Amino acid sequence: MEFGIFTVGDLTPDPTGRKSQTERERLQSIRKYALKAEEVGLDVFAQGEHHNPPFVVSSPTTNLAWIAAKTEKIKLTTSTTLITTNDPVLIAEDFAMLQHVSDGRVDLMMGRGNTGPVYPWFGKDIRQGIPLAIENYHLLRKIWREEVVDWEGQFRTPLHGFTLAPRPLDDTAPFVWHGSIRSPEIAEQAAFYGDGFFHNNIFWNIEHTAQMVKLYRERYEMYGHGAKENAIVGLGGQAFMAETEKKAKDFFRPYFDNAPVYGHGPSMEDFTKMTPLTVGTPEQVIERYLGMADQVGDYQRQLFLLDHAGLPEEVVLEQIEILGKEVVPVLRKEFEARRPEGVRSNAPSHEELAALPADADYRQVISSPVARAAQAEEAAKKAESK
Amino acid sequence: MSLTVAVVTAGLSQPSSTRILADLLADAVKAQVSARGESVKIEIIELRDLAQDLATTMVTGGLPTPKVAAAREILATADGLVAVTPVFTASYSGLFKMFFDILDPDTLRNVPTIVAATAGTPRHSLVLEHALRPLFAYLHALTMPTGVFAATDDFGDGAEGSGLAGRVRQAASELTTQMMQAGNAVAGFVQSDSDLTRRVSGNSLGTTPDFATLLKGHAGTL
Repeated sequence: MEFGIFTVGDLTPDPTGRKSQTERERLQSIRKYALKAEEVGLDVFAQGEHHNPPFVVSSPTTNLAWIAAKTEKIKLTTSTTLITTNDPVLIAEDFAMLQHVSDGRVDLMMGRGNTGPVYPWFGKDIRQGIPLAIENYHLLRKIWREEVVDWEGQFRTPLHGFTLAPRPLDDTAPFVWHGSIRSPEIAEQAAFYGDGFFHNNIFWNIEHTAQMVKLYRERYEMYGHGAKENAIVGLGGQAFMAETEKKAKDFFRPYFDNAPVYGHGPSMEDFTKMTPLTVGTPEQVIERYLGMADQVGDYQRQLFLLDHAGLPEEVVLEQIEILGKEVVPVLRKEFEARRPEGVRSNAPSHEELAALPADADYRQVISSPVARAAQAEEAAKKAESK
Repeated sequence: MSLTVAVVTAGLSQPSSTRILADLLADAVKAQVSARGESVKIEIIELRDLAQDLATTMVTGGLPTPKVAAAREILATADGLVAVTPVFTASYSGLFKMFFDILDPDTLRNVPTIVAATAGTPRHSLVLEHALRPLFAYLHALTMPTGVFAATDDFGDGAEGSGLAGRVRQAASELTTQMMQAGNAVAGFVQSDSDLTRRVSGNSLGTTPDFATLLKGHAGTL
């Protein structure tokens, strides 16, 4: 199983009166967190994407490339890549480059963004969010998988005779997850292509997350990618840990109460009951997150948000250390112990995908054998009726 | 048939005249349904008890607390609705609005609904027409022609069949007629419009179109 951390790149003032970070310092911290994650044995580092204050994470592959250069093993990914407002050609190029730069230690997560004005800044209409996600991602698959692309769609100027250069590493597209909190269409999209499905999990209750994952699993199987137990699922999480529950709560409370997303709202006690946020001892985090597999089935990736809400750098570094040294080894062992034979432990690596034969489902734009068969049938019917 | 009627009251004081009016309406509906030989279950939702949960749902981007989820479920499955609010600042109260703001917009499609309000004086009695009816029109509820407004004085109203008691009975009769008609109509030859009247609590995912439908027109082929 893959464990790691994700950052949404928020620049939040420290509510306890400590000196708040500048943009430069925040970016330096994020890079330190990525290196620390590798140092303590975590498998994945994910970076979000935003295009406005109070965030500092525009241009994600720039930062991820720096981290790739300074690391050897950790996998780099996004939380998320905006498939709605970014030009799919640019996404294809940026991540093919990152594959080369990192020797394949990259996958990525598609998301639609949560900031309305980003749409008009990039010339898009927010009311078209889902169709944009669907059209753009289909084009992205074509650009990565077809050497010469002819394409005409609704949201971008046509492409005629377009070839991506450099090609993806080993002519193998990076593995893609689709992230969605509330939209079942995205779970359907992930299932259609046999891609991974990642649920943020942290701002909602686990019952809702479980419903989305269930939908994805059932449709994954329906589209012919394999048994639903073998679908590829990832979850987000959030924790703040200390030696005792009281110490953790006392320290984290002002950060929670002033946090950008849920601050000045429900109490920390209510919020930690309703969502996966766990503020307490490492043992409490272990126990809480072991329970996730009962809700969503055996899954492949668990990421934690540790650097949110203006926490100081030395505190976050300590949280990463506790996660890597105390929490993850136990989770790893326990998740593997309960995993049935035949259910994969990790999302596919670059090496695994690069070894696939030329006619493998993964290498087709329409990767679902069921969908390809349906298409062929329709084409045959049309030919007959002519 | 066994019917369920949801009664939503935004009264704040204990006791509250808003709750008293809600109870009068609920009792009248019970009487009308029984008179037609059926039974009805009344589900009272006191918004005062939900106030903090509603605020939590509002400020967390819609995360429903268990109490909010339960209330949404009641409204999504009720055969009828009685919605009662005190008049605050010439309109329904903020708490009343907050409740209907966190509903999925499809929750009350075609649901027979009585709108009702209370206030100290009759000055703002048109709140039913200017504030409540437009609200429920947006939600596509089936609002009864008779709404019930009760000023404090009306609770002392006398003669049988006149005043408040008469209006309560009239509204309850309209609601009962509508509830008992729904679903009884003969299917006929026209294709079912069930999609147009589908009600959703917002607590579960609902149906998703299959990907072939979603991808149509976006696959990029000329």
